[in-house]
Amino acid sequence: MITIGLTHYLIISSILFSLGLFGIITRKNAIMVLMGVELILNAANINFIAFGKYNNYNHGQLYALFVIVLAAAEAAIALAIVLNIYKNFSTVNVDEIDTLKD
Amino acid sequence: MTIYDVIFYLFAAVTVVSAFFTVTIRNIVQSAFFLMLTLFGAAGLYVLLGSDFVAIVQLVVYIGGIVIILLFGVMLTNKITSVDIKTGTMQLLPASIGVGLFAGFLIAVVTNTKWIQIDNPIPSTTLASLGNTLMNEYVIAFELLGIILLIALVGAASLARK
Repeated sequence: MITIGLTHYLIISSILFSLGLFGIITRKNAIMVLMGVELILNAANINFIAFGKYNNYNHGQLYALFVIVLAAAEAAIALAIVLNIYKNFSTVNVDEIDTLKD
Repeated sequence: MTIYDVIFYLFAAVTVVSAFFTVTIRNIVQSAFFLMLTLFGAAGLYVLLGSDFVAIVQLVVYIGGIVIILLFGVMLTNKITSVDIKTGTMQLLPASIGVGLFAGFLIAVVTNTKWIQIDNPIPSTTLASLGNTLMNEYVIAFELLGIILLIALVGAASLARK
């Protein structure tokens, strides 16, 4: 049995990133797309902290905190935009909002 | 197999499985709750990596804040009383193939790269060193984050008010 190392965490975050990407691509609802973005941000966080730990360099945790703060700001702004879209189009499905399309 | 390994695999399984359900289940509310479980598993992984403070912040900000905000978004933009809180999917097959290939590529790169790392990292106290670093080397980033949060607050309020 190999001991848990950096690679294990990187694999977990790769899987998380891919699942988030899958959610962003396939989901129609804008809020589900936001959930995919949150998954991707978490994958990045796991990477930051894992690299920080296995190099004895705790600035990785600080970057993870910055990412969390930016994610909070992003979620608030995105939700406000989604509410406005719902007010104007009566839907939040990203494939139906195609006013700019030719 | 040490207890560390057992806990790691437990949290890893929770994270990955609930992330999978987050992006595949059709009901948006259930999906949001699975996202909550994913974030919880990730917080467990942070604890295993020796960063307890980030794990607590993850619990408070993500699970207590962002997931609730997302649930509010679901509540305000869907017809809760009818059965219309499901989400459609599109391009399922090409997305599965593409993302599967991408995930395989990522995992291959990650496992085949010789990462520069220390084999037995010394567990250090987190909070004091984090605070010192934040207030010395990263103080400009810290202040900018405060301004960003303020702008996001004002912007979100004025966007949603109209």
